[in-house]
Amino acid sequence: MLSDFLQFLFSGLTTGATFALVALGFTIIYNASHVINFAQGEFLMIGGMGTVMFAAAGMPLLLAIAAAVALAVIAGMAIEKFAIERAGQADTIPLIIITIGASLFLRGLAQYFWGKSYHAVPAFSGDEPINILGATLLPQSLWVLGSMLILVCLLAWFFERTLSGKAMLAVAANKDAAQMVGISPRFVLLLAFALSAALGAIAGVMAAPITLTSYDIGIMLGLKGFVAAVLGGLGSAFGAVAGGLLLGLMEAMTAGYVSSDYKDAVPFVLVLLVLFFMPGGLFGAKSTARV
Amino acid sequence: MTTAKTRNEPLLQIEHIGSHYGPIEALSDIDMRVNEGSLVALVGANGAGKTTLLRALSGLQPISAGSIRFDGQDLRRMSPGKRVARGIVQVPEGRQVFGPMSVHDNLVLGAYTRGRGKAVDRDLDTVYAQFPILAEKRRQAAGMLSGGQQQMLAIGRALMARPRLLLLDEPSMGLAPLLIAEIFETVERLNAQGITILLVEQNASAALAIADRAFVIENGAIRLSGSGRELLANDEVKQAYLGI
Repeated sequence: MLSDFLQFLFSGLTTGATFALVALGFTIIYNASHVINFAQGEFLMIGGMGTVMFAAAGMPLLLAIAAAVALAVIAGMAIEKFAIERAGQADTIPLIIITIGASLFLRGLAQYFWGKSYHAVPAFSGDEPINILGATLLPQSLWVLGSMLILVCLLAWFFERTLSGKAMLAVAANKDAAQMVGISPRFVLLLAFALSAALGAIAGVMAAPITLTSYDIGIMLGLKGFVAAVLGGLGSAFGAVAGGLLLGLMEAMTAGYVSSDYKDAVPFVLVLLVLFFMPGGLFGAKSTARV
Repeated sequence: MTTAKTRNEPLLQIEHIGSHYGPIEALSDIDMRVNEGSLVALVGANGAGKTTLLRALSGLQPISAGSIRFDGQDLRRMSPGKRVARGIVQVPEGRQVFGPMSVHDNLVLGAYTRGRGKAVDRDLDTVYAQFPILAEKRRQAAGMLSGGQQQMLAIGRALMARPRLLLLDEPSMGLAPLLIAEIFETVERLNAQGITILLVEQNASAALAIADRAFVIENGAIRLSGSGRELLANDEVKQAYLGI
């Protein structure tokens, strides 16, 4: 019994960590612009598929990963520069639809250049499972969890300690006032897309040895990451991480104790419940403004 | 730094500017000069175009005609960020501090265009010395401060950019009389320190009393101008804005 539970816990935390990184990507762009970037999942696809393709071209794994992340960052910045920025003063909804278009475009490119088949990235440090109280933990799961922890710490440092990070928070808090101290919201949005793309690509490549990767993994991962962000409270970084881990755990527990047929329904039932009963999410930003 | 003065030119020269919100004319043919070191007041009713004019000076509201020159330089194609770096800094209407961020971070962001360094640290100390309440509350979220404290913070944040021309938009709005007096004292003190000030106010009597020069704006156009004292004594102004 305990070993079952541990097994579900490990697998839930692993997928949850991936969802958390996707949700953080959503959060960063949302805070900079109130846009939901539905191309977020494609960054994971580029991370995973890019690594496969660069490795197949003869690059050592580490270099292939770096190149794939760089490719995702370029794609992210290109979306901002050539699609979002070109739309000028458009409202949020058209911008969101633009990101859906961008995601279809990226997926189409990937299908065209990289094909439709599934690919496996080799595990970074072997496939020998670790046995803990009767449950098995893949070393790759530790990579996934570890990279999430490191990225979260790096992000916290970035937002709390650097001027660019503070500028991003300032735009989220009050775009008008941010412009009055000389911050360019365009620059902040570009930075947000670059950061989100990097987070997504790293998440994608870390998970790829466990889940396999293909041109279309971005759809489901993107949607689930979005659910995680809404679950935690859109705009809250802490909520994104908590929402991601919670979602991963609920999925794994449902798959384990009920039936894996229902696994993919969990996020969508969950998000409906949250929107009905807690529209602000579990950790939704509470306004500190005083008039 | 007194290049405008040596060329015998005002620090800020606004010539015939107009601005629109869609088809609606918000400013028409505005002409104003602000000399270096002066304290200039712009008074007018709600919706007269005061805030629009300040936003145009900061580069946040496009102008459809005319020109703005600052320190001899045409501002037309200059980004809002560049203008801050050059010294045109605005304290926006309604304070608009970064609510969820700490008082300290708000001040640090005020110096965004200057980056970080010893000079910025020194200015932080200066602002804390000028507004001791901010030093006391430096770790608190700015949104939790009282209205008067938020106004001090908004001014302190602007000072961190090392303004040469400080644009103050309704600094007394919504504050208790005692605090209003304190704000106006602060404005005078900053002017005495050499910062040129353009003060926008609905509280016309208080603004005119401290202004070297003043303009009355009505329906997007300058209606009257003169020294602060002249306008205080002007019958039209008395009737329309001072309620006498």
